[in-house]
Amino acid sequence: MTSVVATNQTILVVGGGISGMTAALEAAETGKQVVLVETNPYLGGRTVQLYRYFPKMCHPTCGLEINLRRLKANPRIQVLTLAEVTGISGSKGNYSVSVKLKPRYVNANCTACGECGKVVQTEIADEFNYNLGKIKAAYLPSSMAYPQRYVIDSSIIGTPDAERAKAACKYDAVDLEQEEEVISLNAGAIVWATGWQPYAAEKIVYYGYDRFPNVITNVEFERLADPHGPTGGKILRPSDGKEARNVAFIQCAGSRDENHLRHCSRFCCMGSLKQTHYVEEAFGDAGKSTIYYIDIRAIDRFEDFYQKVQANPNVSFVKSKVARITQDKDGNPVCNGVNVEGYKRYATAHDLVVLAVGMEPAVKGMDIPADVMSDSSGFIMADPANAGIFGAGCATNALDVNRSVQSATAAALRAIQVVNKVARAEV
Amino acid sequence: MSDLNQTMAARYQNNFLKEIEEQAEMGEWVKMCMQCGLCSGSCPTNFQAGWDHPPQEIFMMIRAGKRDEVLKSNSMWMCTSCYNCYVRCPRKVPVTHVMHGIAEYAYRIGQSPKNQPTQHLSKTFWDNCTKTGRVNEVKLTQSLYFKDGIGAGIKKAMEMQAVALGLVKAKRLNPLEAIGIAHKCKDIKGIQAMLAKANELEAQRKAEKAKA
Ligand SMILES: Cc1cc2nc3c(=O)[nH]c(=O)nc-3n(C[C@H](O)[C@H](O)[C@H](O)COP(=O)(O)OP(=O)(O)OC[C@H]3O[C@@H](n4cnc5c(N)ncnc54)[C@H](O)[C@@H]3O)c2cc1C
Ligand code: SF4
Ligand code: SF4
Repeated sequence: MTSVVATNQTILVVGGGISGMTAALEAAETGKQVVLVETNPYLGGRTVQLYRYFPKMCHPTCGLEINLRRLKANPRIQVLTLAEVTGISGSKGNYSVSVKLKPRYVNANCTACGECGKVVQTEIADEFNYNLGKIKAAYLPSSMAYPQRYVIDSSIIGTPDAERAKAACKYDAVDLEQEEEVISLNAGAIVWATGWQPYAAEKIVYYGYDRFPNVITNVEFERLADPHGPTGGKILRPSDGKEARNVAFIQCAGSRDENHLRHCSRFCCMGSLKQTHYVEEAFGDAGKSTIYYIDIRAIDRFEDFYQKVQANPNVSFVKSKVARITQDKDGNPVCNGVNVEGYKRYATAHDLVVLAVGMEPAVKGMDIPADVMSDSSGFIMADPANAGIFGAGCATNALDVNRSVQSATAAALRAIQVVNKVARAEV
Repeated sequence: MSDLNQTMAARYQNNFLKEIEEQAEMGEWVKMCMQCGLCSGSCPTNFQAGWDHPPQEIFMMIRAGKRDEVLKSNSMWMCTSCYNCYVRCPRKVPVTHVMHGIAEYAYRIGQSPKNQPTQHLSKTFWDNCTKTGRVNEVKLTQSLYFKDGIGAGIKKAMEMQAVALGLVKAKRLNPLEAIGIAHKCKDIKGIQAMLAKANELEAQRKAEKAKA
């Protein structure tokens, strides 16, 4: 049985992405007790699935490493992975929360030596790489995974594969007897930081994401460019493994659309501008990018980033929302539409089309097991009537990393105020 | 007719967008367009042979106050009502209906293009089917084929002969309709009373708008 120390002066943080980690660290570093609940087997959320991030084009591992160091140095944070909040009752200053823990089948003895992964034969979809490849059913989700512990996929439990994994482990770390458990804990305040998920691209029927192999999403493109990704960082297109030197980016794929997501996802213009750098980095002047857009929203201080990309002769901009993607006889995706500048029709073939899909909340407001107010897209809104649960990061809005961190710090401060009040009342 | 045109032009001065919003059915949607181009790109007509401007361009021209070019354009009349644009528009602009609304307004104030084939078809179809409550196919075809004179009409009719015979064989076309023995509604008077009432209501509404 997993034991967690928590009182009504504890702050519960749900979601261990950059926002949840920030909120947890900020609160713990002021001396508060924090329980951090993450549904994945590792922390870091979706930022660690990016290759580089704007505006400085640094690798996400760098920021993650700093946060992990803060985390390891702080005894006041208890981390629960493979965990999900299933129920919240009580009120501000006095919540009772139930958390479901899924078994990892690997205990703390694990040194991440990888012997179990070598002997297991079954392969499962590689979720970390957005299912672009397969991995063994005993795996380390990513090289930077925290905790650095293997996971045994529940699909092989009860099969000879699981026994093989157990036998291969020299440290007695494989524990096939682990079972799902539900624990309950107390909390005075809750920070909800469950982040976002990419919009389901196949719903935009006229782009044929589920029909054309060379139409992919922006999150998948991040994995293609990453040396730790399924292609070892080579930008190869899925249909035939050919180098994708001529890449089209389609903006607002699902965003700003009453038939899909109503909101502007805010980061995706910058995301595609950033991704043109990947094409250039891979192929130099032979790499060509075309951005199809309604209008470019390089928010805030990012205008100079945009201007630099605009000045790049290897990047062209077409002011038009692509109306349809077809495929030519060589398997090249063809973008069809009308260019707003001159109202001319075009049908342009590319090696690869990247849909800049928008963000929607990973857990929509109404699916949160507590009364929280949310907007029409499902993002959490500030609600004075329910002042003990605070949204942070992309659970509250489509945000980039910088803004997510700001929002998380604000949420931590609000949560601290609540537990401080509880503490004063108890003295 | 052209009086109405002058009245409107004078009333709205340089504000053509406002004129469309107030006078054309569904015209209030024009300002919702964000010029993304999805409608134009989705149009199956490809704007070949005679489309002056795709819908998105029409909407921009309205905002830019290009009154004559818009009202006299054939674009609204070329729409096939496939509704591709309508279902896809990210701003939920009912593009098809707006196009029809502008077309009707242009016609109402006597500015629509003369001799435009689909406009002619609409009018002929309407007059034909409201007479008996059913379309008289033979008469409708006749009036369309002979629109540009006897010679052109005979030529067209010869071209379509095989189709016509096929339709007759399949009992889809009754040759007797040519002499007025055609299928009719049971209660023609009732239908016509309904249409008269609808006409009256619409005329009333439009007159109010024109006065306002
Ligand atoms: C293609 C692409 C490129 C991008 N590039 C950049 C960039 O270059 N620069 C930049 O600043 N931003 C970029 N972003 C945006 C960036 O990814 C987000 O700002 C960031 O991920 C937000 O962090 P978060 O912690 O709020 O959410 P997430 O990263 O989504 O983290 C949420 C965490 O909560 C967990 N979780 C979800 N549901 C539950 C649950 N029920 N219970 C417990 N835990 C749960 C998730 O597993 C996850 O770990 C990009 C986004 C995309 C799509
Ligand atoms: S940020 Fe750009 S691509 Fe993303 S929804 Fe907004 S306008 Fe569209
Ligand atoms: S699809 Fe809608 S928003 Fe886009 S140009 Fe057409 S009418 Fe305007």
